[in-house]
Amino acid sequence: MRNYEMIFIVRPDVADDEVQKLITQMESVVASAGGKVEKVEKMGRRRLAYRVHKQREGFYVLFHVQGTGDTVKEFERRLKVTDTVIKHLTVCTDEILQRAEKFKALRAKQEGKRRRSKPAPAPAAPPAPAENVQA
Amino acid sequence: MPVPREGAPAGERPPRREGPGGGRKQYFRRRKVCKFCSEKIDVIDYKDVRLVSEFIAERGKILPRRLTGTCSTHQRALSEAIKRARNIALLPFAAGA
Repeated sequence: MRNYEMIFIVRPDVADDEVQKLITQMESVVASAGGKVEKVEKMGRRRLAYRVHKQREGFYVLFHVQGTGDTVKEFERRLKVTDTVIKHLTVCTDEILQRAEKFKALRAKQEGKRRRSKPAPAPAAPPAPAENVQA
Repeated sequence: MPVPREGAPAGERPPRREGPGGGRKQYFRRRKVCKFCSEKIDVIDYKDVRLVSEFIAERGKILPRRLTGTCSTHQRALSEAIKRARNIALLPFAAGA
């Protein structure tokens, strides 16, 4: 099982309840193809950066899905045959998240190093005034 | 008295401090730092148009590292994010006229 991020654009002239119907339909597609929908996000109507199928706008829908290659295959096949979907993109997020974890760990290590080297002068400073008091 | 060249700053310039090997460099540029390193952005998300579009030129080209100061690791991730954003029509392949 891998994590995927699937994003697709629905034509702007499709009604909101139609979009909702499409989303529930796609959810059932994922379920029947052995996947699990983690999150569905409607990113809303946006202006496209270039014309797609003679449209200048589109309704973006984002799916976070956990599944196998077959899940993705079926999902993409369904998007391709759906006329209201004008563009779609699937990204496997596993490696991206892994890399982010690595960065985080690396930063924590560096920060730890810095903290270890920085407090050294701090304890050294207080004794100086103490000597003054004694003197 | 010599007439100052047009566009030249008025008045004497302060003497330039020069380090070893210097002298040829005309002025000091502020050292650019990688935005993703300094702001601790681990994941460069292609959906975050506002962030990613800072790194594309007016015509939609990816800005080179020498202009933005991005480190090589993040430039690689950034170019991937830009290409994804282009694919899903969040960013243009070629903008303008």
